Amino acid sequence: MEMQQFHYDNKIVKKFIYATIVFGVVGMAVGLLLAFMFLFPNLTDGISWLSFGRLRPLHTNAVIFAFVGNAMFAGIYYSLQRLLKARMASDLLSNINFWGWQLIIVAAAISLPLGYTSSKEYAELEWPIDIAIALIWVVFGVNMIWTILKRRQRHLYVAIWFYLATFITVAVLHIFNSLELPVSALKSYSVYAGVQDALVQWWYGHNAVAFFLTTPFLGLMYYFVPKAANRPVYSYRLSIVHFWSLIFIYIWAGPHHLLYTALPEWAQNLGVAFSVMLLMPSWGGMINGLLTLRGAWDKVRIDPVLKFMVVAITGYGMATFEGPTLSLKNVNAIAHFTDWIIAHVHVGALAWNGFMAFGIIYYLIPRLFKTKLHSIGLANLHFWLGTLGIIMYALPLYVAGFTQASMWKQFNPDGTLVYGNFLETVTEIMPMYWMRAIGGSLYILGMFILVYNVIITVKNGSKVEDELAEAPALERVTNKRTAGEGWHSWLERRPIQLTIGATIAILIGGIVQIVPTIMVKSNIPTIASVKPYTPLELEGRDIYIREGCVGCHSQMIRPFRSEVERYGEYSKAGEYVYDHPFLWGSKRTGPDLHRVGGKYSDNWHFNHMYDPQSTSSGSIMPRYPWLISDELDKSDTEAKMRAMVALGVPYSDQEIEKAQESMLEQGAQIEKNLYADPDFVKAYEADKKYSADNGEAFIEMKNREIVAVIAYLQRLGTDIKVETAKTNQ
Amino acid sequence: MLKFVKGYMDSIDGIEVFPIISLLIFFTFFVGLFYWVFTAKKEYIKSLSNMPLDNQNDQIL
Repeated sequence: MEMQQFHYDNKIVKKFIYATIVFGVVGMAVGLLLAFMFLFPNLTDGISWLSFGRLRPLHTNAVIFAFVGNAMFAGIYYSLQRLLKARMASDLLSNINFWGWQLIIVAAAISLPLGYTSSKEYAELEWPIDIAIALIWVVFGVNMIWTILKRRQRHLYVAIWFYLATFITVAVLHIFNSLELPVSALKSYSVYAGVQDALVQWWYGHNAVAFFLTTPFLGLMYYFVPKAANRPVYSYRLSIVHFWSLIFIYIWAGPHHLLYTALPEWAQNLGVAFSVMLLMPSWGGMINGLLTLRGAWDKVRIDPVLKFMVVAITGYGMATFEGPTLSLKNVNAIAHFTDWIIAHVHVGALAWNGFMAFGIIYYLIPRLFKTKLHSIGLANLHFWLGTLGIIMYALPLYVAGFTQASMWKQFNPDGTLVYGNFLETVTEIMPMYWMRAIGGSLYILGMFILVYNVIITVKNGSKVEDELAEAPALERVTNKRTAGEGWHSWLERRPIQLTIGATIAILIGGIVQIVPTIMVKSNIPTIASVKPYTPLELEGRDIYIREGCVGCHSQMIRPFRSEVERYGEYSKAGEYVYDHPFLWGSKRTGPDLHRVGGKYSDNWHFNHMYDPQSTSSGSIMPRYPWLISDELDKSDTEAKMRAMVALGVPYSDQEIEKAQESMLEQGAQIEKNLYADPDFVKAYEADKKYSADNGEAFIEMKNREIVAVIAYLQRLGTDIKVETAKTNQ
Repeated sequence: MLKFVKGYMDSIDGIEVFPIISLLIFFTFFVGLFYWVFTAKKEYIKSLSNMPLDNQNDQIL
């Protein structure tokens, strides 16, 4: 048979590895800054673009899409070429994939701190960037599938199935979750509202974890662990079952993020059932990975690459045991909204994704640069710092989660809450936040050691060149099954059919869950007294979204005695019908805000935003002075209302025409209310006089952002109170 | 935007049967999968699992 010569593209792999390292440092550094903001809430005092709410999405996006994303591309571009015995189909597409992805990351790093966000977790980027993501993702997919079609290896190794499923599913998830109606160049509203938006978001959110953080890395595990251990995977049969059962089941589990919420009960229970089942494929994969090292455990002692991979797979096993546990309703009732969840995701991110990425980097760098790793000792030091860092990060947060949840639920014999003041439960867990910050510091210290080790290794190495390889061309065989060929073996050499099969597998779950909830009206009982937000409240809501308030405050009171006692009547699905997007939140660093309307005076909110520690001693909320000084931008209000009308919110033409008038009126009323506080009057009048004396333009209070925020906060959860009042009459 | 498609499936009779159908699809699929996996030939499986290791350019560093 004639041998063909070709070159593997190593340069693209090198580029992605460099990007992984750079954005790894950035993402972790932002995370560490956030960890310290829990301890020193005013660390970045007065700088709006460095405030906690705006940096949190930057941290999550940087770690998921920049660090893990680039590591995934590096690993795929390396392994795919070798498994297919073919160079990537198009160098141009490879480079568009690389540079496009980095541009998207830079766009995210600029737009998120500036407050351009859709507020939907892990999908915060605004619509133009969403479109760019979809395009670049398609470029990656086309390049991959084209390479598969040009392959010199008949059968597709299991890793490639995982890569294909990743491509297909992330595309579907991203497109459906990002359906939004643009208002301006950098502002849009989700086409879904309330419960439906929540369901779509967590169908996306959960499966972003599944198909962006898990399936590509499982593919990488199936390639790099056998490679590093120099022995085949423990059971290829198990890997086939692992693949199909994982993608079949994962897609259904999203609603476990919404237990005890206003989501219809059947959808919640469906999510729980599938989450519990998910344990089996997940552990099947973990066992397959770990047992690949059977008879090679001595290598784990000396090879840092294997050390990182063993801890990564163990972390995967722990996180995927914890996941189904957390999705049980009784466990979720405790864990949800607490730091337990933060610990859970960091076991996944730091151990599974982080350590797998480090293992792959330490494996690839010497091979690409044709040299030895500069220092095995430093790699081992990185390993131990990282491992200790993970433990120091996760354990205190488990304690914090349990402690806080227990305190939230503690009752006195007379039926009142023992810790009626939310802040008491925060103060209690401050030592845990300290330990978490130390754990995070250890982990990033290890990362710096990797950076140093890689730089020296690269300096000592030779230039990265495309690697020559040879393989016989693939002979054409019939499209049909050959004699004695099983259907799965046939499927394995038919990439298109395999891709379609995987697509069907992931679509069934999506269709059965999402379609009925969106389409069937009876799933969301309407409440007559629930009315759309006034123009000023709508603007206030957009500021709430811009500042990332949802990162620390939920708007979802679960039907528990402890929550009803603390926050008020539990939340109903019908209350959210005009909420584009939904703002239920997933973490309570501060209290729930769904019934905060009318609970405090306008002055309280004003003072609280100016200096949270003055109204709530020991609060870890940062100051928001810019809300108090900045003028409210009312230029888009009508456009926003029209967008809402297009999405089904019943604003009349008259209401839209009179939007400016209505905002002034409501703003003036709040300004008047604020005059109740003599301190406010003194400071405000002094300000006014100062501006007049110096000939500076003065923004009246009724036209400032704070007024819109107060209007929104005072409205929250009050519609249903009107209903109750009416019934009582 | 969504209001145009809202209520689209209200008219479909027996939408409750969706979960049953999907359960059946699941069940058949996995029975088939396990049947194939357990009856596949050993040498074939072995050749597949050796694919990552089949690379003439590997030098152990």
